[in-house]
Amino acid sequence: MIYILRAFREAFYMLFSFDWEFYRIVLLSLFVNGVATIIGSVIGIPAGVALAEFRFPGRKTALVLTHAMMGLPPVVMGVLFVLLLSRSGPLGFMDLLYTPTAMIMVQVVLAAPIVAGFTNASLEDVDPRIGMQARSLGATRVQSVYVKLREARAGLVAAVIAGFGGVVSEVGAVLMVGGNIKGDTQVLTTYIVQETRKGYMDQALAAGIILIMIAIVVNIFLTRLQADKGRQAAETKGLTGAYIHG
Amino acid sequence: MVEGDIEIQAPLLEAVDLTKAFGDRLVLDVERFAVSRGEILVVLGPSGAGKSVFLRILNLLEPPTSGRVMLAGTEIQGLEGRGRVEVSRRMALIFQDPLLFRGTVGENVAYGLKVRGVPAEVRAARAAAMLRIVKLDGLEDRYVTTLSGGEAQRVALARALVIEPEVILLDEPFASLDAPTRRDLQEEVRELLHRLGMTAVFVTHDQDEAARLADRMVLLNEGRIVQQGSPRDIFYQPSGEFAAGFIGFENIYDGEVVSSEEGLAHIDVGGHRIEAVADLQPGERVKVGLRPEDVSLTPAPCEDELSSARNRLPGRVAAVDLRGPVARVTIECPFQLVAVVTRRSLEELGLDVGSQVEARFKATAVVVIER
Repeated sequence: MIYILRAFREAFYMLFSFDWEFYRIVLLSLFVNGVATIIGSVIGIPAGVALAEFRFPGRKTALVLTHAMMGLPPVVMGVLFVLLLSRSGPLGFMDLLYTPTAMIMVQVVLAAPIVAGFTNASLEDVDPRIGMQARSLGATRVQSVYVKLREARAGLVAAVIAGFGGVVSEVGAVLMVGGNIKGDTQVLTTYIVQETRKGYMDQALAAGIILIMIAIVVNIFLTRLQADKGRQAAETKGLTGAYIHG
Repeated sequence: MVEGDIEIQAPLLEAVDLTKAFGDRLVLDVERFAVSRGEILVVLGPSGAGKSVFLRILNLLEPPTSGRVMLAGTEIQGLEGRGRVEVSRRMALIFQDPLLFRGTVGENVAYGLKVRGVPAEVRAARAAAMLRIVKLDGLEDRYVTTLSGGEAQRVALARALVIEPEVILLDEPFASLDAPTRRDLQEEVRELLHRLGMTAVFVTHDQDEAARLADRMVLLNEGRIVQQGSPRDIFYQPSGEFAAGFIGFENIYDGEVVSSEEGLAHIDVGGHRIEAVADLQPGERVKVGLRPEDVSLTPAPCEDELSSARNRLPGRVAAVDLRGPVARVTIECPFQLVAVVTRRSLEELGLDVGSQVEARFKATAVVVIER
């Protein structure tokens, strides 16, 4: 118990320490996870749309693969990327191992299937007649998919949240391809592992608290996008009505 | 204008030898189907008759397995991509559920115009005008989640009508509404479609709705057209047992014509002789139908020579089924006969299970449905 209280105090100190070494870790975490989530969504959302909306040969296989990759242990992806990016690997010439770019790459591969899987599921949940209705009112195929995406907006935001959740909590892959190099590729999760190993539990726990705060702030922001304007309007109207009648 | 004359006579929307199979199950098999410009054609049939699939094929939302669909004389079936979009923009389909898109009423009504590239100000003006027509003036900015079922279906109607389609296809659009709202909308839609001179194909399983809306009717069963004609034809001269049963001839009997003179036939049904107004030959085997509403009941014995009913059958009440203000009474005489009487007259006559009654019906009420 005392640990936790001390950790909170420590977290507070670290946040307002103006210790640039620590800020760098936080900012790199935000950068790697953020960019990975954005690129993962840019790939994952269209892939999820394609899986839900188009019937093409190999679609079932692609869907199974996507779902399998959603649950893939990050360390496995880490090993794969170390092999790919190591000097003797096929992408070794790019000299990317132990760089933030490598960390982003591996996290994109982790996030994209999650975003794709959730996108697919949320589109499958939209009444298929919505798409038909749009087309029967004169929409092209693309326009009708856009209508369905609007209907599935809450699910799409959930997909991005899940993608972000997948990478923000991830340690195995970034550790392997990033190397946890202090001042260079160290992020919050790898910092936590390192501090715990060294026995600095306060620092580890404090970094953990900051990580959770980041997750909460990002999710608050994303959830605002998810809010149903229509329902809000209805509730506001109901309230106003009550006041008038009251 | 000569061309104009020709166009009026040619059907606007036509289907020939149209089939649709799911696997080896044939769900639609329509030899010929045609809608004339400006008419409201009601396709009536039970659930699973293939009505919805039929509409979706007409609207190019689904390809037929075989056959042709013609819009104003041009074949349109199986079109894809740009061609499909261009043709489907001449039609609009309304589903059973309003299927409104997330957003405001105004955005929904203007949707079809938006995808057609109509400028925003024109869209807004036309949407507002259409909302006035469906009696939802000023609701443009309301979110669709705040609408009642009837309002939502009016919005769906406005959204389809605003694009001024040549043909409007309606797939049981009022089935999920409460009865008074449904009746109001039926009247309004009929009046509106005629006023706008729009051609409509209206699909329903509800014969009252069909009767209220139709200029012409097509009866569909198991994917096939069983009968088509005016509502009067369908309701008074059903052809075949399915048609008769579906539109309310609950009493259907096999019989043999015993004698026939001057349009009045005597038909033997299970040993009883009934009279029917029909041109039949003695010895002919026929199927006759009788609506339960056309049967009246009197307590037996009753000597009442004033009645014009030529058919009088003594029997015993076997079952009474109360349905709101009316009662369905099953009589054994000795073949089964169903009569519908008001609850009040049931009480006044003191009828109950086991009562002896006389069932009466006119010779004109007996309809030959198969010969």
